[in-house]
Amino acid sequence: MLLKRLFPHPLLSFLLFVTWMLLVNEFKRGSLVMALILAIVIPLLTAAYWQNRPKVKDVPAFAAYCLLVMWDVIVANFQVAKIILFMRNEDIKSAWIPVPIELKTPEASTLLAGTITMTPGTVTADMSACGKVLLIHSLHAPDPDAIRDDIKSRYEARLKRIFE
Amino acid sequence: MEQIAEILISVLLIVGGIFAVIGSYGLLKLRDTMQRLHAPTKATTVGVGSALIASMAFFLIFEHHLSWHELLITLFLFLTAPITANFIAKAQMHRMMRAEDLPPTGVGTDWATFDPELTMVQPLTDYRPGPVSDEGASPAET
Repeated sequence: MLLKRLFPHPLLSFLLFVTWMLLVNEFKRGSLVMALILAIVIPLLTAAYWQNRPKVKDVPAFAAYCLLVMWDVIVANFQVAKIILFMRNEDIKSAWIPVPIELKTPEASTLLAGTITMTPGTVTADMSACGKVLLIHSLHAPDPDAIRDDIKSRYEARLKRIFE
Repeated sequence: MEQIAEILISVLLIVGGIFAVIGSYGLLKLRDTMQRLHAPTKATTVGVGSALIASMAFFLIFEHHLSWHELLITLFLFLTAPITANFIAKAQMHRMMRAEDLPPTGVGTDWATFDPELTMVQPLTDYRPGPVSDEGASPAET
């Protein structure tokens, strides 16, 4: 009970704690205390801003998602490098692709938008005013529908499982 | 052992350098701002990443202590890169594009950049994008 009152947002506290320890870059007892103070005070001060935060329901799935994105980022690097080096400018077919999303929380949508920007040949450029469609620019899209379906099945479905 | 580590670190640094060069080359080569956006947001992630891994390996093997700052740099990079890309894309849409250039949203409302209720800055409606020069259009030319 006391633990719950001290750490109302355990994930944020954990993140702050770890970030501070990494920032100090060597293990000292003084910085351990400082990290603990930050992990308690900052969530308390910012509590007003995350009243309706979505809960990460499935932490292992979230970790798996992070690893998947990391891997895709590396693959994306090689794909984009290949396009830059070996394709003539006239052959590169860029396209705007609207991707309708079903995620309900802004946090999940933001995560999806960030993921899209980091992964193969796509950048999230805008969102519809109602927040239900993402506008994506693709560097090389011979088949825009395939890219849209890929995003929906590969990332959105997983995020939906994690947050909803 | 040290010999192997030296080779490994050198390879990582060279791979990182190559990717950084490819990203910069992409900036020069591609045709318009939206395409150029792809080069630095992606082709450089592996560049920075392998330089950071090389740095961690160097401190671990030759200085005998583990350096954690590289992990933090990765974290901050992953947090900021999509936001930077989004800001550049939005600036480009405000300055160089009109709502008609984009595909329809399909849900009735407009894209947020061109939605009059959501934007404080009005898009330049009287400006028609011309062919993009190598220098990019400067405000004086518009």
